[in-house]
Amino acid sequence: MIRLYKLLFIVLFVFPCLSLAQEKPLRITITDGVVEPLPLAIPKFLSEIIGVKDIAKNISTLISEDLIKTGLFRIIPDEAHISRVTNFKSPVLFADWKAINAQGLISGAVTITKLKKKLCTDPRGCLVVKFKLFDIFSEKNIFVEGQKIYAAEPSEWRRLAHKIADDIYFNLTGEIGYFNTKVAFVSESGVKNDRLKRLAIMDYDGANVEFLTDQGDLVLTPRFSPDGSKIVYTSFKLGKPQVFLMDLKTRGTFVLDERSQMSFSPQFSPDGTTIVMSVVNDANTDLYTLDLNSGNRRRLTSGPAIETSPSFSPDGKRIVYESDRSGTQQLYVLPIGVGEGRRISFGGGSYGTPVWSPNGDLIAFTKKSGRRFHIGVMRTDGSEERLLTSSFLDEAPTWSPNGRVIMFFRDKAGSRGSSSIFSIDISGRNLRKIVIPNSGSDPSWSSLMN
Amino acid sequence: MRLKYLSFLPIVACLVACDQDELFNGNFSNNNTKNPSAISETEDYFIQKIGDVVLFEVDNSGLTALAKLTLDKQADWLSLNLGYQVLIEGHADEQGTRDYNLALGARRAQIVKEYLISRGVDPSNISIVTYGKERPVENCSAEVCWSQNRRAVTVVNALSKG
Repeated sequence: MIRLYKLLFIVLFVFPCLSLAQEKPLRITITDGVVEPLPLAIPKFLSEIIGVKDIAKNISTLISEDLIKTGLFRIIPDEAHISRVTNFKSPVLFADWKAINAQGLISGAVTITKLKKKLCTDPRGCLVVKFKLFDIFSEKNIFVEGQKIYAAEPSEWRRLAHKIADDIYFNLTGEIGYFNTKVAFVSESGVKNDRLKRLAIMDYDGANVEFLTDQGDLVLTPRFSPDGSKIVYTSFKLGKPQVFLMDLKTRGTFVLDERSQMSFSPQFSPDGTTIVMSVVNDANTDLYTLDLNSGNRRRLTSGPAIETSPSFSPDGKRIVYESDRSGTQQLYVLPIGVGEGRRISFGGGSYGTPVWSPNGDLIAFTKKSGRRFHIGVMRTDGSEERLLTSSFLDEAPTWSPNGRVIMFFRDKAGSRGSSSIFSIDISGRNLRKIVIPNSGSDPSWSSLMN
Repeated sequence: MRLKYLSFLPIVACLVACDQDELFNGNFSNNNTKNPSAISETEDYFIQKIGDVVLFEVDNSGLTALAKLTLDKQADWLSLNLGYQVLIEGHADEQGTRDYNLALGARRAQIVKEYLISRGVDPSNISIVTYGKERPVENCSAEVCWSQNRRAVTVVNALSKG
């Protein structure tokens, strides 16, 4: 009864956009409006053997950080807890958690042990994490299986923590998470007229930066394959911009299309079999698809205009791209193999780098109006345009796997200006800088990893 | 050709004697391959006295009157001095998206290439490359720098023998 009263109060008076589904009491529905973060308790995970206390603490802290960064959750500090979780199997004292207004409780326990199958190369064995998620008000364990267990190399504790945070996010929002993901990007150093660029990948939160190329060759716009095993990118290794493909496991690379004089701006098709990219023929930059299996190339646009920055729709049947055939850069949607591109952007200014959302409903873009650059989203017919950011130079949006968050890069003006990667919710709230060792640009967000 | 070159005498007059000799010799690529310092002297001459850079208006690849004057001089020099590989680099300023600027740089380079060909330069020795906004020469974020970065650069390299 208290619960219902509270629910009504929240829905009707305080936060009209926070709704809690009735059949699943602990559920936050993400909308574009203002959301009051849902209070959760994540006590330090228990260490079941000596020597894993730090790793247990780090895991629970990283889960908290992932959830806080969404803007949807608030973590009640451990000092405020009345009840202490001392045994993973002990019954939960729901009254103690209700008293501090926690709506959800995540408890976990960590050990390192040798599993029967030799899954881990670490001499100590595998890192094993068990965890449970409780709905405090309905006094229920949310996981139907009671608890979840993950195992990995001890060195991969961050990946495990992100996976747990993804599980919690999914169970509380009904949408897939985006924490156990990677971002391919260009790591930058040096001033603007002497800038060095290297391909790199990192975790979505900026951890575990790994360089894929040395700084000898200019590299641009890496893009993940849908399965996360490859990237396509533009490199000047052979003296001119050309699209390369890299296998992330072997680090082997090759030029995708040697017929092209110059090529750039590659993107994978959703099934991973085709690359769409810009190819320069004399002065003319047009769009081509390249079938990775057969090597067959197909020209999608022709004519004297610049056509670039293509992106597939999630069903693979259409592409959105930019063209300056109207005199300024504008966005067009082209059904592949059927007819002409149709213009969808009509606001003032110019539009570039369109990227189709994973859900198919929105297109993110870079917009220039006056001397300001913006990241924005619009529906696929160009309606309901909303600008999310504004700065001297914001560019190159990329979507989180669930379509809730966009990463992009921001370049600062002036001779000492450098680039940083930011994320922002599609609501326009929650702008966050991704902290990495050097400067970074051209982010490409992967799908959810295993 | 020689008669036409007389118009460059005022420029040439300020050069050291050996440069003059080379200019009117019109065929020093063989020497260049033997002597690396001679390469740089010739290329320096092209850069400093002919002018290797033409500038463009914002988001535009049309050639200005000034650009055409420079390209006319480049074409004359290249017509006299055979044995050079010519690479036209197209560049853009930072006020645009990366992909678009790559395409714009290619368009600028191609327009310079076509102009040089129309002025008699051998098409088989000219190629183009775009650097988009990746290789600015000036660092500031103001028109005084941007105007220098919106450019096409004609890079000459002596063809190696054989």
